Amino acid sequence: MIKNISNLGDAALYCDFGTEVNKDINTEVIRYFKSIQKENITGVNNLTPSYNKLIVSFDLRKTNFKDLKKLIENLEINNIDDLKGKKIEIPVCCDENFSLDIKRLEVKLKASKEKLFDNFFKKEFFCYMTGFIAGMPFLGDLDENMRAKRLETPRVKVPKGSVGITEQFANIYTYESPGGWNIIGNTPLSIFDSSKEVDPNLINPGDAIIFKRITKDQYKDYND
Amino acid sequence: MIKNYFEVVRAGINTTFQDQGRKNLYHIGIPFSGAMDNRNYLIANKLVGNKLDLPVLEFAYQGPLLKYFGDKINVAITGDVNFTIKKNNDAINGNCYETFSLENGNELDITSTNRSVYGYLAFSGEFDLKSQWSSYSVNTKANIGSNDGKKLQVNQKINILKINQNLKDKKLNYINTKIENIRVIKGTNFHYFSNQGKKIFFEKEFIISKLSDRMGMRLEGSKIENIVNTNIKSEGLIKGVVQVPADGNPIIMFSDHGTIGGYPKIGVVISADYDKLVQLIPGSKIKFKEVELSSAETLFRLYDLETQNLISQI
Repeated sequence: MIKNISNLGDAALYCDFGTEVNKDINTEVIRYFKSIQKENITGVNNLTPSYNKLIVSFDLRKTNFKDLKKLIENLEINNIDDLKGKKIEIPVCCDENFSLDIKRLEVKLKASKEKLFDNFFKKEFFCYMTGFIAGMPFLGDLDENMRAKRLETPRVKVPKGSVGITEQFANIYTYESPGGWNIIGNTPLSIFDSSKEVDPNLINPGDAIIFKRITKDQYKDYND
Repeated sequence: MIKNYFEVVRAGINTTFQDQGRKNLYHIGIPFSGAMDNRNYLIANKLVGNKLDLPVLEFAYQGPLLKYFGDKINVAITGDVNFTIKKNNDAINGNCYETFSLENGNELDITSTNRSVYGYLAFSGEFDLKSQWSSYSVNTKANIGSNDGKKLQVNQKINILKINQNLKDKKLNYINTKIENIRVIKGTNFHYFSNQGKKIFFEKEFIISKLSDRMGMRLEGSKIENIVNTNIKSEGLIKGVVQVPADGNPIIMFSDHGTIGGYPKIGVVISADYDKLVQLIPGSKIKFKEVELSSAETLFRLYDLETQNLISQI
């Protein structure tokens, strides 16, 4: 349920589902997101679901906060079958050329890298949202003993395919970008394909993700 | 059939194709993009008789130097821009908001924007470009959009299709005005900031930093103190959101902004002030003024009406 709808500026609705980050609240956000998306409401030009918020942006020439708020409050929110996500396996190589921050993490989390990798690869992750940069998935949740803060000074360039962790989340850099997450490996898989007009994202909210460790040779051969 | 095209002799600092932007893709991390100054974008298209949603060239600070080949074509530049039209051995200074023609071999040298950031160049015809997700707008950070998602490149040739040759010369009397007071609506994390911080936000001047581009505008000045948390759980952003990260300096989101972010939102610039805000050059001083939602809506209706009036005069 939406706890409160307020305005974010003059051209967006800020739908608040709570302050916690968990699968249940996020599933609610996604349910609303998909239901509103299906309605094709006049003037709505973007929907941004996140952990526990949904932002509905609109064209102020075509509608306004008051009308749209009423419309969304009265909208029938369906139980949508396609909420069940896909299960996707992501190959990751943790060669030292890729695991840029693993040494730092060994010190910070007081564990050997093999222990950290074991913990990471046995986990099934849930995709909460995608964004920041095109196609970047935000995946959770890491165990308590795997949680580290962002780098104090973010990197100017994080290589494409980098797999990073911070706090309870893991992500994948879909292309080279600045960023502050702790990088532990790299995937040869294309996570975002801009040449695809439909579904350029490999991973979408609600999907289940398992990372599979691959060797340097498997990484090299991957795209051959 | 003669091919009509221009060749890029100098690309300029950040020259990109832009239109009205791409909708409904924030949820996969793709920003809206589109012309930064929407009013000047629309006027450029109208002056040359194009449909209002066609892509035009947007340039910042220094524009491109283009050599044109083909049939006589009408061209218009909007914004506050210095440029010359070179025909044979003559170089004529051009005027914004006034169509001019280019003939085979003529050059157009867009030397600079004048105390503003963005200018727009429209040809009377259609660029031979491929759209991506229903828009030609280029996002150079993500390499999305027409022209392979890239800025204009030196030596590049761009074909122009469907030239409209029966056009009259058009002129619009319009002068871009500057704003100093940026009107904002309180943000969803307004209460994250100390009373002193809130006072600073609405009473002190801020200076626009050089680190400003199509993604956002960074401001410098008195620091805004956060008393709750310098991070929030990442959530959606929109154009005009003013975020304040841990260092206390506000950042305003522009057309190519990241779709989600984790810094508290102190305010949101109203839609009516966006076109003029993006035109302020680094070093300019601005002040934020609070308005209520209903005033912001009225101010936008007036601004939009004024834009429609300008377009209908052409």
